[in-house]
Amino acid sequence: MSAPLDLPRWADTVLVPAISVVAAFLVAGLVVLAIGENPLTATRWLLQGSLGTGEGLGFTLFYMTDFIFVGLAVAVAYHAGLFNIGGEGQATLAGLGIALVLNNLTFLPGFLLIPLGILGAAAFGALWAAIPGYLQAKRGSHIVITTIMFNWLASVLIVYLLVNVLREPQSMNPETRAFPDQSHIPFMHDVFAAFGIEIPASQLNLTLVLALAAAYFVWLLIYRSRLGYAIRVVGSNPSAAVYAGISPARIIIIAMVLSGALAGGLAVNELMGYQHRLLLEFTSGYGFVGIAVALMGRAHPVGIILASLLFGILYQGGAELAFEQPAITRDMVVVIGGIIILFAGALDGLFRRLVAHLFARQKLARA
Amino acid sequence: MSPAIELIAINKSFGAVHANKDVNLSVERGTIHGIVGENGAGKSTLMSILYGFYEADSGEVRVNGKPIAIRSPIDAICAGIGMVHQHFMLVEPLSVVDNVMLGAEGGAMLRAGEAKVRAELARLSKDYGLEIDVDAAVGDLSVGLQQRVEILKALYRGADILILDEPTAVLTPPEADALFGLLRSLKEQGKTVILITHKLREIMAITDRVSVMRRGEMVATVETANTSPPELAELMVGRRVLLRVEKEEKTPGAPLLEVENLSVVDSRGVLRVANASFTVRAGEIVGIAGVAGNGQSELLEAIAGMRQPVLGSIRLEGQAIHSSAHNPHQMRQLGLLHVPEDRLRTGLVPAFPAFESAILGFSHEPHLGRGPILDHDRLIADLAKKMEQYDVRPPAPRLKSSKFSGGNQQKIVLAREIERNPKVLLVGQPTRGVDIGAIEFIHRRLIALRDAGVAILLVSVELDEIMNLSDRILTMCGGKITGERKASETNEQDLGLLMAGVTDEAA
Repeated sequence: MSAPLDLPRWADTVLVPAISVVAAFLVAGLVVLAIGENPLTATRWLLQGSLGTGEGLGFTLFYMTDFIFVGLAVAVAYHAGLFNIGGEGQATLAGLGIALVLNNLTFLPGFLLIPLGILGAAAFGALWAAIPGYLQAKRGSHIVITTIMFNWLASVLIVYLLVNVLREPQSMNPETRAFPDQSHIPFMHDVFAAFGIEIPASQLNLTLVLALAAAYFVWLLIYRSRLGYAIRVVGSNPSAAVYAGISPARIIIIAMVLSGALAGGLAVNELMGYQHRLLLEFTSGYGFVGIAVALMGRAHPVGIILASLLFGILYQGGAELAFEQPAITRDMVVVIGGIIILFAGALDGLFRRLVAHLFARQKLARA
Repeated sequence: MSPAIELIAINKSFGAVHANKDVNLSVERGTIHGIVGENGAGKSTLMSILYGFYEADSGEVRVNGKPIAIRSPIDAICAGIGMVHQHFMLVEPLSVVDNVMLGAEGGAMLRAGEAKVRAELARLSKDYGLEIDVDAAVGDLSVGLQQRVEILKALYRGADILILDEPTAVLTPPEADALFGLLRSLKEQGKTVILITHKLREIMAITDRVSVMRRGEMVATVETANTSPPELAELMVGRRVLLRVEKEEKTPGAPLLEVENLSVVDSRGVLRVANASFTVRAGEIVGIAGVAGNGQSELLEAIAGMRQPVLGSIRLEGQAIHSSAHNPHQMRQLGLLHVPEDRLRTGLVPAFPAFESAILGFSHEPHLGRGPILDHDRLIADLAKKMEQYDVRPPAPRLKSSKFSGGNQQKIVLAREIERNPKVLLVGQPTRGVDIGAIEFIHRRLIALRDAGVAILLVSVELDEIMNLSDRILTMCGGKITGERKASETNEQDLGLLMAGVTDEAA
């Protein structure tokens, strides 16, 4: 028996993560101090670079879009008790799906081609997740192992295809030809310009809206739908699922399919929204960031949006910081990100316990 | 002579829960002292303080008159206190000698320690009549003998005061009698025994004095000879309770559940149910008596469709169930509902709010929502109504399922199943970990269902419960049905023999 960890909802979802982030920044500050730099200036550059300018904000929100998708992908699997660390591979395959759809259906108008491209991403991502899901459900092959292997498989498959099959013959770069113009998801600055509002140009595009819609959809699915109920029963109590007549194997496959489809959103944002071609390593390791985002957001869509914003700030502000304060290299920024993950994910229980203790005491004092 | 144990004004809180409030307890040397109380009354907390798992917030512990600080089980062992836990702390592949020696090896090499253990075990078994094969692997021993190893471990470590936590929960009646014989001979040798139990019959049979706890407080300590089970029950609950629910004789109706030659293997391929055949009729409670782990769990799961039987058939209302339709979902549709043995692992989802646990197994029902979306307001309102009918406390549908006490969790599960008008109801351990007040309520509900014509198959390891509720009793041992009795024509000894595998043919 351990002391009960009863927390009001707001403390559980807002206060504890906030304390974790503050603690992480304090420790990160010490690290900055240790290499002889001023942590306050560093913090200023970080925030200035990510939130201080319209352009910076645009980039922050662009990264946030990526993180929302991969965070949701990890969260959906997590609710079914699965640790999907194959977001990288699933997004990579989703990129292949996009390229195949967009470059083969060039005759279609944009209002058809864009949704088809998104569906292609979702379908390929889902397929790449369904195989490990099937192996877990029917063969008991551990999902962590298989999704890692599928990341590698995706990576070599895409290299092979881009070098030998999909590359434009006259190009030396391992990338496809550009997607047709009508398939580009509009940049946010262009959308605003259409309404006569001038905002600074950035990579930010309408995929952000899709990401927020996906977050709402995941909330509805997980917490309100019959299917989400079944997913959570399987994740939280597999023997209760058997008792309830819910087939864990079926739910595991469905959850992985949904998870892979969501991971495909990363490819939509990066390729259809920005790069407009399929190229190598466009996922940039963001699939793994999704794990941290989902952990920090406690697998809840609102938490994931907030955590994605934080990681967006870190990625965009970190780039600015590395530029303005060269002593703080990109690697240093990765270290700071790592410290945040450590505090928000791994050491979460530390602060939770502390806060729960304080609450219990206060309650006792009042009683 | 000062008492073996004195606890003075012990207080212990977990967060806002005051588990022990100014508890005083005095246990005379050379006696068997019972401690009774409902779940959550604070018995286990108190014993955990005595054995050094927890430290009291305030208060004093005296052993043989001397105040001592017990900060860990090691301190307790040094003070001569030994504990036999409800769930044994044994290493199954190791021999009895190795288990006894574990943690008391007496040096880096084992040889000297082993010789000492063997000599000591020989002496102990002579003194107390504790016969045991010291070289047998503990995993091969019966549960009763495993418990004996636990007791030997404590004695080997020099325990003068032995705490036993619900020791008979896993024993057959004959094994329990053997245990009581052992406890008496320990007492004759001057040892002190503290017995934690919720079975009043055992308290009456073996203890010299008994202390009653209720809601963290010690409400009474009485001489066993001067009290009675109804009085103890009243002290435990704080009001009068009926220990035995009255039921009228009834003639059962048509057979609703027919099981024929059912055989079930577990996930490791071990045969758990062998060739079981029986019938449960409308308006009849058939009880299955047996020591835990003799196939009753697998039998229930197989009938409910959670496990595919390897052989045999099941008929519901005379209709044979095809193996492709034999799954929990289909069985529910056909009116066979199931209150599972293990509430927390199977019957509900501890992490879910109660209103979500209250639809486990029924989340597909169309009226619970619109299309694919569940209507939470409706689920909450539904459960609120049921909580009132079933007197669930607190009546809070949004509270996490794990936050309810065992009895209230069981009421939530029962309400879910009963309110769906079962034709056949499978009930596993309906009152395990449930307090006396709620037991009475649950028993009444089950009898009412029987009177309404439901066929009930009841599995319980509490023989009292089986005898109290059932119209007919089947006994199980080693996966086989070893006997069948009318409840009115049998007694504990008779059932005890059947449960131990002495079949009618052999007798």
